[in-house]
Amino acid sequence: MAGQGRIVAGSSLVAAAAAAALVLPGWVISLATIAFANGLVVLGLIVLWRAGLVSFGQALYYCIGAYAVALVGRWTGLTDALVLVLMGGAAAALVAFGVGFLLARYREIFFAMLSLALSMILYGLLVKTESLGSTDGFAVIVPTFFGYAPHQRELLLALYWLVLAVCSLAALLVGAYFRSVGGALAIPLRDNEIRVEFLGMSVSRLIHTKLVISGLLGGMGGALAAMAVGHVDPNMSYWTTSGEFVFITILSGAGSVVPAFIGSLVFESVRSFAFAVLPQLWQMLLGSVLLLTILFLPQGLGSLIARMRWRRNTEAP
Amino acid sequence: MLTAFAILIDGLVYAAYLFIVAIGLTLIFGVMKILNVAHGSFYTFGAYGAASAVGIYFDRGLPEAGGFLLMALVAMALGLVLGLVLERGIMWLVYGRDEVVMVLVTYAAFLILEDVVILVWGTGSYATYQPLLAAGNIEVGELTLSNYDLGLIMAAALLAVASYGALKYTRYGRLLTAVIFDRETAAAFGINVRVVYTVTFVIGAMLGALGGAIMAPKIAVTLGIGVEVIVLAFAVVAIGGMGSIEGALVGALIVGICRAAAVHLLPQLELFVIYGVMALVLLIRPYGLFVRVQPRKI
Repeated sequence: MAGQGRIVAGSSLVAAAAAAALVLPGWVISLATIAFANGLVVLGLIVLWRAGLVSFGQALYYCIGAYAVALVGRWTGLTDALVLVLMGGAAAALVAFGVGFLLARYREIFFAMLSLALSMILYGLLVKTESLGSTDGFAVIVPTFFGYAPHQRELLLALYWLVLAVCSLAALLVGAYFRSVGGALAIPLRDNEIRVEFLGMSVSRLIHTKLVISGLLGGMGGALAAMAVGHVDPNMSYWTTSGEFVFITILSGAGSVVPAFIGSLVFESVRSFAFAVLPQLWQMLLGSVLLLTILFLPQGLGSLIARMRWRRNTEAP
Repeated sequence: MLTAFAILIDGLVYAAYLFIVAIGLTLIFGVMKILNVAHGSFYTFGAYGAASAVGIYFDRGLPEAGGFLLMALVAMALGLVLGLVLERGIMWLVYGRDEVVMVLVTYAAFLILEDVVILVWGTGSYATYQPLLAAGNIEVGELTLSNYDLGLIMAAALLAVASYGALKYTRYGRLLTAVIFDRETAAAFGINVRVVYTVTFVIGAMLGALGGAIMAPKIAVTLGIGVEVIVLAFAVVAIGGMGSIEGALVGALIVGICRAAAVHLLPQLELFVIYGVMALVLLIRPYGLFVRVQPRKI
């Protein structure tokens, strides 16, 4: 019953978000497009977070997804947005699978540091690769949608709807994963992984799976962001980008799936607002928000929703 | 041969710089288990403070030796204030929380301090060439070396010896070692861990600021220097083993020499090599070179 209610609530939320685009001005739509694309990356971080792992190098997958789209577009002339997103996700998932053999052995701060190192390796390579535009990066082709090649506002809308569709599907699947055995074991894994091994589960395989999922989501997020921005550059792999994703994860809270996108939207709005109104002070504003979230809302925005639901349930007769 | 010598010297200079920056970071991690992102801010403040103080000082035409002293003093004073404000104002609120949460708190502090720098010093960049000129150059064979660079190597060596001696042979150093090994047992034996934390954080902040001051003449002091340095220091500390001072020394040497070799032989790999080495070391020694293996908790 609760599951049915959740699906109804979720689909009406998505429908409302999709319909709202028809009346909203262009800059709001592009802001939301980027925010939701980044929300995918945050969703990947949440998958890891629930198992007690914090990656300070999620920008690695983000950047690989973005560069995969840009390079495939450049070399093959392929422009279909959905195919490109899937390719970006697949490329990042492949990399995550590879480095997963290494990363799955690490925990806590060491996991964070090694993932940071890996993303910085990619940054170092991209910065020095002049055929890929070095620090300037290069432009991404204009995407098409199943043969439909929109321009300007239509393009904005089409991309936004694609992002919404990909995000909803991802949210649905990740939600299902959280309720599966492998996903449910994340919390015992965080508390005490030796006991999980005593249950007869392979801890390293569980974590490896989570890494691949988060890599896939990160890659798709990067691919969508690349198409939305129309440009890729090595900064997508820099540690500050990873820091922002961890920031949004803290803001959202790791309790469930939807807050990842709400948190990302809030973050992107705060950043745009701060950048427009206080160009010299926007980092200070972001830092203060982060600090206040950690101090007063340690479970993130998601916990507000849970708290509201709990209050409603207790008030009901 | 000449190239090998140049690599060695360049590597040592770079390693000296890395060590001075990383030692404060590793000290704070060793004692407090905080991976302090705000260390980059200490460095930035030290660099800006030293650059503006030296600019004013040399404009007056005062004796050169005093300029070097002033740089160090200004930076340490800034580190003292910043460290105290951060530790007393923010950090104590999250003691006992998850290590990762503490990293994020320092990240928040780092973001805030980045803009404080803009408020205080503006967005322009500062060039501090005077100390470099005052120090002069020396000819060694066919190479021309800056005396300032050689002084940097000596300063780092001095710092390594001093910190080793302070940890091993002073009362406070012994207390610190006890806290590093086991905080709870140390507290049970009557060590005031709270005070040790404050003092450690302030010392770490002063070392970070000193690193910035020492580097100020060699770089353009501009926005974003803290962002770069913090991730370099992370690499050094991760290679050596977080919390280990001899680890920071060895890590700095490895990264310094490797980077210098890359710059001279294959410049495309300059950035890659630093993090490549880091990943390689972590592959073989997951917790760094100089860290005792922790037993798994059941």
